[in-house]
Amino acid sequence: MVTVGYSKKVMEHFMNPRNVGVIENPDGYGKVGNPVCGDVMEIFIKVKDDIITDIKFRTFGCGSAIATSSMVTELAKGKHVDEAVKITRGDVANELEGLPPQKMHCSNLAADALHEAIKDYKSKKQTK
Amino acid sequence: MPRIYLDHASSMPIDTRVFEFAKPFLSSAHGNPSSLHSVGLEAKRAVEESRKKIAEFIHAENESTIIFTGSATEANNLAVKGTSLRNITQGKAVVASAIEHMSVLNPMKDLQKNGFTFTAIPVDSTGVLDLAKLEATLTKQTVLTSVMYANNEIGTIEPIKEISKIVHEKGLYLHVDAVAAGGRIPIDVQKDGIDLLSLSSNDLYGPQGAGALYVKPGVKLQSVMLGGGQERGLRSGTENVFAIVGMGEAARIAQQEMQQESRRLLPIRDGLIKEILTIDQSYLTGHPTQRLPHHASFRFSYIEGESILLNMDMYDIQVSTGSACSSKTLEPSHVLLAIGLKHEEAHGSMVLTLGRSTTMNDIQPVRKATKETVERLRKLSPMSQEWRS
Repeated sequence: MVTVGYSKKVMEHFMNPRNVGVIENPDGYGKVGNPVCGDVMEIFIKVKDDIITDIKFRTFGCGSAIATSSMVTELAKGKHVDEAVKITRGDVANELEGLPPQKMHCSNLAADALHEAIKDYKSKKQTK
Repeated sequence: MPRIYLDHASSMPIDTRVFEFAKPFLSSAHGNPSSLHSVGLEAKRAVEESRKKIAEFIHAENESTIIFTGSATEANNLAVKGTSLRNITQGKAVVASAIEHMSVLNPMKDLQKNGFTFTAIPVDSTGVLDLAKLEATLTKQTVLTSVMYANNEIGTIEPIKEISKIVHEKGLYLHVDAVAAGGRIPIDVQKDGIDLLSLSSNDLYGPQGAGALYVKPGVKLQSVMLGGGQERGLRSGTENVFAIVGMGEAARIAQQEMQQESRRLLPIRDGLIKEILTIDQSYLTGHPTQRLPHHASFRFSYIEGESILLNMDMYDIQVSTGSACSSKTLEPSHVLLAIGLKHEEAHGSMVLTLGRSTTMNDIQPVRKATKETVERLRKLSPMSQEWRS
């Protein structure tokens, strides 16, 4: 069957996104996308003993951009950074009960933002 | 809260009077207009009566100027390709405004395969065509110039009479896409100096599945759809009799009621514009006064249009957007880019098109929903923080 519009879960996360906001002095920060393309996502993480204890996001973009951001924060929260870095775009889409095909790439950058934030955390840790 | 449908440019409900009028052609009056028996002739007569109503609606010379098609997209394709290819010996240049509908721009681009040159004429920041640029671009080789009567995304009405003068001084034919303007403002193809004009049934509260192309007597064009030779050989294919009959009746009703309806909608539209522009960093797109009476279009900084559309739908308010994310091609609206918006600005657009169901009582709920939507999405947006600091 052809998927029409967004899944209920996407709409639910779009309307009630989890973990919205900013963390002051984060342990890791990742930003991906470009306003020209219509999607910008940023993720802030707080990490203790390599466990993501807090995570926040802000997103400029369409419904799926907001829903995938919300979902990825939910998936990553409480996870070891080495586990969280394995979360893929596909995992995010699956957890949201699928995304329309044209949204799989451009609006599914949330996992990338998370990976950037973890990378940032690890590089900061090394320099400490 | 009751539904507030403000996306009439995308689709309109069929007028119940139109539906009642055309209904027999879905059941008992099922004839094929090409059949010579009495059942066929009944359908044929109804199609011809509809043709007459369309001709009167746009003040055409006579009813044989009207070619029925399956949609306005098809009418635009027939106008662009049919005239250009038929008159190829006159020249191989086509010209259009940069804000034409894709059903004009894409056939024009496609003509490049046949050796045509295609030039898009820019518009100013309000969407009005650059007439000096048009004049400078046209040559004896320009077989077709296409400029819409009014734009569907920003509501701007083009100075068609002036454009007609310029086109006919140098070029051959002027085609006008009147899909957005039809039924909203009066159209007179003879006074306006129009050679070809496209209309859509659904935009007149008629059924979907019919469009029409006006072809001025003497204008030469060829078909793009080949087959059994219906519609004077210019559009083969068995007629969609129900939709065609409905379109004619819808045009007749529009002609009678348009002026009064536009007068009713104008203060509602102005109220919506006034209220929505009280939102911080919100802007009207298109011309402030020279615009369709049912059309209000905006952009909001730091947020994205598909999110606006989805969020407004939660209030049961249906709107449209020119955002890339809402389009099948994932390209931002070429219209919003043509009026000089940056990509990130073009993403945050919202288009309201009013209709018969719209009342003064809609203004406050729409203002409230828009304000809350914009505020919520800005709270989510990383760009709005940069704006605050």
